[in-house]
Amino acid sequence: MLKRWRQTVTWMDIVVWAIGVAIGVAIIYGTIVTLREGRYTTGQWINLTIDGLKLGGIYALIALGYTLVYGILRMINFAHSEVFMSGPFTAVFLAKYLNNIGFYNAHPIISLILITLLSTVVSTTVALLLERIAYRKLRYAPRLVPLITAIGASFFLQYTFRGLYGNDPETYPNMNFLKGMWNIGSITVPKIDLIVILSAFLLMLLLYGIVQVSKTGKAMRSVSEDKEVAALMGINVDRIIVYTFALGGASAGIAGILYSLIFQQVHFYMGFVPGLKAFTAAVLGGIGNVVGAWLGGTLLGLIESLGPNLFLSGLGIPAANQLKDGIAFAILVFILIFRPSGILGERVSRTKA
Amino acid sequence: MSKRLLILVSLIIVASMILSACATTATTEPGATEAPVVTEAPAGGFTCTDTIGCVTVAPDEPVHIAYAMVISGSDATLGIDSRNGAEIAVSDKGGKVLNHDIKFDGEDDLCSAEGGQAAGTKLAADPTIVAIIGTSCSSAVRVAMPLWSAAGFSVVSPSNTAVDLTLLGNENQHPGYLRTAHSDSVQGRAAAAFAYEKMGFRTAATIHDGSIYAEQLQQVFADEFMRLGGTVTARESVDPTQTDMSGVLTSIAASAPDMIYHPIFIQAGVQIVRQARETPGLENVTLMGADGMFSPDIVEGAGDAVEGVFVSSPDFTKFGPDYEAKFKPAYLAKFGSEPLSIFHGHAYDAMNMVLACIEKVTVKDEDGTLHIPRQALRDCMYATKDYKGLTGNLTCTPTGDCADPKIAVYEYHTGEYPPEKVWP
Repeated sequence: MLKRWRQTVTWMDIVVWAIGVAIGVAIIYGTIVTLREGRYTTGQWINLTIDGLKLGGIYALIALGYTLVYGILRMINFAHSEVFMSGPFTAVFLAKYLNNIGFYNAHPIISLILITLLSTVVSTTVALLLERIAYRKLRYAPRLVPLITAIGASFFLQYTFRGLYGNDPETYPNMNFLKGMWNIGSITVPKIDLIVILSAFLLMLLLYGIVQVSKTGKAMRSVSEDKEVAALMGINVDRIIVYTFALGGASAGIAGILYSLIFQQVHFYMGFVPGLKAFTAAVLGGIGNVVGAWLGGTLLGLIESLGPNLFLSGLGIPAANQLKDGIAFAILVFILIFRPSGILGERVSRTKA
Repeated sequence: MSKRLLILVSLIIVASMILSACATTATTEPGATEAPVVTEAPAGGFTCTDTIGCVTVAPDEPVHIAYAMVISGSDATLGIDSRNGAEIAVSDKGGKVLNHDIKFDGEDDLCSAEGGQAAGTKLAADPTIVAIIGTSCSSAVRVAMPLWSAAGFSVVSPSNTAVDLTLLGNENQHPGYLRTAHSDSVQGRAAAAFAYEKMGFRTAATIHDGSIYAEQLQQVFADEFMRLGGTVTARESVDPTQTDMSGVLTSIAASAPDMIYHPIFIQAGVQIVRQARETPGLENVTLMGADGMFSPDIVEGAGDAVEGVFVSSPDFTKFGPDYEAKFKPAYLAKFGSEPLSIFHGHAYDAMNMVLACIEKVTVKDEDGTLHIPRQALRDCMYATKDYKGLTGNLTCTPTGDCADPKIAVYEYHTGEYPPEKVWP
């Protein structure tokens, strides 16, 4: 046993493990110190958790677009962050118009449905155009080619939307019925947070259902297993790929509206950071895996919002919250070192590896 | 194979993020640009004896003054407003100085070190430029000024407020740099006095965004607040484009301050104002920003959360009589709106100071050719004394602080711009 262990483990592994253990100890030590100090009340921890879940839900919805496309085409669609931006950045003008004619707060539900619909349609259209124009021709090209194309498409879309709507941020008007707090026991939670968490969760459930149960979903999964065999079985591969992009685009469009309901400001560059985080979430959970996207997104959101206050402030680091992105990406690096396929990994068939 | 590629890509992204974060501190060596062009004596018999050279303007050529301001992105109103102020100064002169047209164009400083680098390099390479009005942001001028100083320009900023830019012996203080804006040591102290004496606050938390403007301002504020007897309970920082502030705000809420001082810019400022009202424990805490948040974009972006937010800013009621009588109508007529931000008056004064000194030091040939000696122009600007400007009586110190600083505190009300003056 020991002998075999000696043969397989290299010095590099030991160094990596040592770093991992050191970080683990630092995290646990910081957490204990913070909890001992009792700087934050239970209510504050719950609020931070809710905040993490809210961000996580949005990351998960965006991550779904990365994961579905990766599952089928084995390519990372970096322009997906712009698919996410295009919907809410367009819908803000409808929201402002509805607000000006007084419809927005008089019929909030209908308005919400209208702007969500517009956002979804725009995001889906952009995703489909991307697939048709930028990616379809390159389907059998070497893998780096569509990757670079995706990055190019991302910049193209960013600056197209900047040209269309200008580079000033636009603001969604306040929706009064979403304002205010709910008191649950001794803690107060903003209404909007709970609504976002709930809708993101239900949407994920719906999308998971579509992928797992519906006929097209089954076809999607079989295409992701093996394109050639799926085609031999009578599945129209092109149509399934289009369907995949549409599904990813639609979920990004809805995620965009949820994001805008929380932060309200939208601009042409808004997709970049959430897109990067969502991609991280997809990798974290295991790219190509729908449940993994949800798990990765939620985990990333929680780490971001809880991490700095939980263990960094315990370690005595000043202004810990500016390091929240640092924590998120450091954890990504370590998960990739110890579990290269992500937390849930991918159900790997031989051709995929 | 695929997994390795994936890991590689992820690592590259992480690495590039780290590198880009470091990039802001990487400044270029001063003097990297070409030396100023020393004009040869033309046929008219003029010999340039200036230590750093002269600009020669042929009879039919314009006098070139450039701007470097933030004219795009979320802080664009700040820069566009200053540019408008300078343009009014030009049109007040009929667009001419010494019978030559004034050419006023420039670059975007993006309100960042990267933008300052780009604008700095581009403008420094143009030997026809006599003077620069700019930059909008202190982060930008820190990088650009070594280049411009080496190129021999006179630079007057209407809105740089960072303390170190005019601090003698400081590495960021360069010859040729002046400003008509107040130094933050004045603004930060005024904010602390308002908070401690007028509002009676005894505890405060600060938030900055990593820019030198915000970092120095919160430092001055904190020092003064503690000197008066107050306590600073927390010092946090955010990213200029950060949207989710819950972690920072919860951390501040845990220290339960009377007020939060957040001298940051519009984009992050809007999110702080909005989310503070929704953070348990901060519902009734007073928020206070600085002149970077004096903008109609705050009122629009923050909605009804803006009610009761304080900002410090130059005191417009102390401006000269020409401000209400002449300047504002001219602004409305030329640009179709009320002033967008707060440094239009300072830009107006900056442009007028430059033009007045050009008129004073220029040697004019008989055929109309102008010779503008660069060092003499700088000396003339530094010697400005008791200049009756829009923003007060300007007198420049040997390091270029020309402002006549009068700071007031304003309070925002929902849907109203400009905010209401409440102190002093």
